[in-house]
Amino acid sequence: MNIAIASEGNTMDSCLGSSFGRSSWFVIYDCDTRDIEFLSNPNKHAEQNAGLASVQLLSSRNIKKIISGEFGLKIKPLLDSLKIQMIVVHMPEKKIKEILEMLNH
Amino acid sequence: MSPRNKTLRKILSPPIIKGFKPYGGEPVEQGRPLVYLLFEEYEALRLCDYDLCTQHQASQLMCVSRPTFTRIYASALQKIARAFVEGRQIVVEGGKVYFDSDWYRCGGCQCYFNNPGKEDIHACPLCGNQQVFSIEFSREIANGQMQQGENLCICPHCGHVMAHRVGLPCNQQICPECRNRMIRKGNQGCRK
Repeated sequence: MNIAIASEGNTMDSCLGSSFGRSSWFVIYDCDTRDIEFLSNPNKHAEQNAGLASVQLLSSRNIKKIISGEFGLKIKPLLDSLKIQMIVVHMPEKKIKEILEMLNH
Repeated sequence: MSPRNKTLRKILSPPIIKGFKPYGGEPVEQGRPLVYLLFEEYEALRLCDYDLCTQHQASQLMCVSRPTFTRIYASALQKIARAFVEGRQIVVEGGKVYFDSDWYRCGGCQCYFNNPGKEDIHACPLCGNQQVFSIEFSREIANGQMQQGENLCICPHCGHVMAHRVGLPCNQQICPECRNRMIRKGNQGCRK
């Protein structure tokens, strides 16, 4: 099972992305092998529907959970139909490595 | 002036079909306009005439006021009647809605998460803490609107402010501090 985390940068010290569709990078974390992959977000500056395009980008990678500071209104029905769980973390100063530590509880 | 924003309507689940086609009668002319039934109108019809709720109960389920619900319901009936009489197709789409799925809050890391798979939730998916609370989404929305400085009930006597609950008129709210009736903040007669 893979988990996607919205991120502001491509290092472990980057902060959690405040908005899902417009975050700079996505961290793809594999729960079984504990592999970490950084994926650049091509939709960062899209005029509209950045969230929908990002979901399409991620949906091919067997993602079951997405962690972000916020989610837009349009993607909720799409994520519901794909059975992807949204996790909203209202802590913008949280770093990617701290999130990963929490996931490895 | 731009029209007033519509309140988000809560929908339990989208309909299982996308629309209806008429059959029989004269051949349907090409390009006859479709009738667009909004999701909220479908939901209003389902709650009232399938689940046999009263309009008051249904309005609370959809998180809109009772008069708004009546308007949505009347519009649904008009559209369906027009489609039947004029032999038009019905397409169910659009509307200002959000779909309900259960939301939870973790007591450990204070994160919020939903449950699209409808499984039993025992622990937080992020930190594994077992203290998870189910939350009411409508209340969270009310809190969000409070931060934007709109949709508040205010007591005209002591100035106590609380979040407005959709579907519950302000003047039926009683101020918890001085037991007077509340009014909507920003309305006439509100001096504070």
